[in-house]
Amino acid sequence: MIAIVDYGAGNLVSVKKALDWLGQDCAITSDPAEVRRARKIILPGVGHFASTAALKHSGLQDAIAEAITRKVPFLGICVGMQWMFAGSEESPETRGLGLFPGTCARFPQNVKSPHVGWNQLEFASTSRMFRDLPPSPFVYFTHSYHAPVNGTTVASCEYGGRFSAAVERDLLFGVQFHPEKSGEIGLRLLANFCAI
Amino acid sequence: MLTKRIIACLDVDDGRVVKGVQFVNLRDAGDPAQLAKRHSESGADEIVLLDISAAHQRRATLLDTVRRTAKEIFIPFTVGGGIRTLPEAAAVFSAGADKISINSSALADPTLITQIAERFGSQAVVVAIDAKRHNGSWQAFTHGGRVSSDRDAVEWALEAESRGAGEILLTSMDRDGTASGFDCELTRAIADRLHIPVIASGGAGGAPHFVEVFREGHADAALAASIFHYGISSLGDLKQHLRAQNIPVRWPC
Repeated sequence: MIAIVDYGAGNLVSVKKALDWLGQDCAITSDPAEVRRARKIILPGVGHFASTAALKHSGLQDAIAEAITRKVPFLGICVGMQWMFAGSEESPETRGLGLFPGTCARFPQNVKSPHVGWNQLEFASTSRMFRDLPPSPFVYFTHSYHAPVNGTTVASCEYGGRFSAAVERDLLFGVQFHPEKSGEIGLRLLANFCAI
Repeated sequence: MLTKRIIACLDVDDGRVVKGVQFVNLRDAGDPAQLAKRHSESGADEIVLLDISAAHQRRATLLDTVRRTAKEIFIPFTVGGGIRTLPEAAAVFSAGADKISINSSALADPTLITQIAERFGSQAVVVAIDAKRHNGSWQAFTHGGRVSSDRDAVEWALEAESRGAGEILLTSMDRDGTASGFDCELTRAIADRLHIPVIASGGAGGAPHFVEVFREGHADAALAASIFHYGISSLGDLKQHLRAQNIPVRWPC
């Protein structure tokens, strides 16, 4: 079973819908025990970085951290990806998991924020997530904060500067865009993650 | 580079698309789920479903329509029409909408914008403004354009942004249904003052109108209904035209 972690932030229906479409056994859950039993874990999230504080209070953070040490594949989406970094300027008092180095920052004033719409990925290296994807595909973004580009960046995107659109280390994956809202490209990416 | 979005709109009454339903080879042309899927496959960047049925007892039908439509598409899906409270918005999100659009209810109670934004995120809140020219400026109208709110459309857009709206869906009542082109002046007046994206609506009659509203109107996205349903402008042809004019669009889809 693939656990879609529910920590009370945003709307998880569309991720579930995409996995159902792909024929994957999945469930939306806020139960740490169920997260511990999962074969794979997806942490969606839209909205405010501070909402991730609920992960800690509910025991979900411990369940996720423990699953990660057992090499359970993990995918963070949008704020879910940002939470894998050390933190975000959006809520400096809320700590991220620190699986990837750096802090998420706001977009500069010279571009509209949030960054909403379809933008192009530039692949920085190969990734199991990107198997069978065409070069420079368009994917759907909606976010006001972004993660820095570093050695774990597997795809970047240009908007008021370059930012990390996808990161990967071992069995840890993060995407700033919404694969569940990115048409055929997004479904293929989710299918790739499910196949890992 | 961030692309300009082309949004296909479905006006729905009691579970059926009511405007523009002349697709060939489509068994049930008035079915929102089928039309949404068709538009998504032909290159729409987003789908907006607006429920124009007034009767309250039709809410159950709407939720069923949203559920069936959401199942067919994997691009952003906005639902609007008659959402008055946070619980009503929550029901529409659970049925599969990614964003909700509010208009009259936001003008009646602007705190609704903040309530929904705090629970579901600003990206999920689209404030729709129906604007009509009046003495050299634009007034916001409610109830499907029947009632004047006495609010200046530009001021209202700024307030909506400050209260947590993630996007503005701006319809020119003067141009709606005329196929004479978007109101670029109105669109620019709002797009240039806001930091959130503005979706232009009302008046699309052909591909050159889209070029205008992106270039002259500074729109971030443009929405149309009948020209796509009637097949006057196929989404693919429209995007090819925009590309040829150096307007960035998502292509191939």
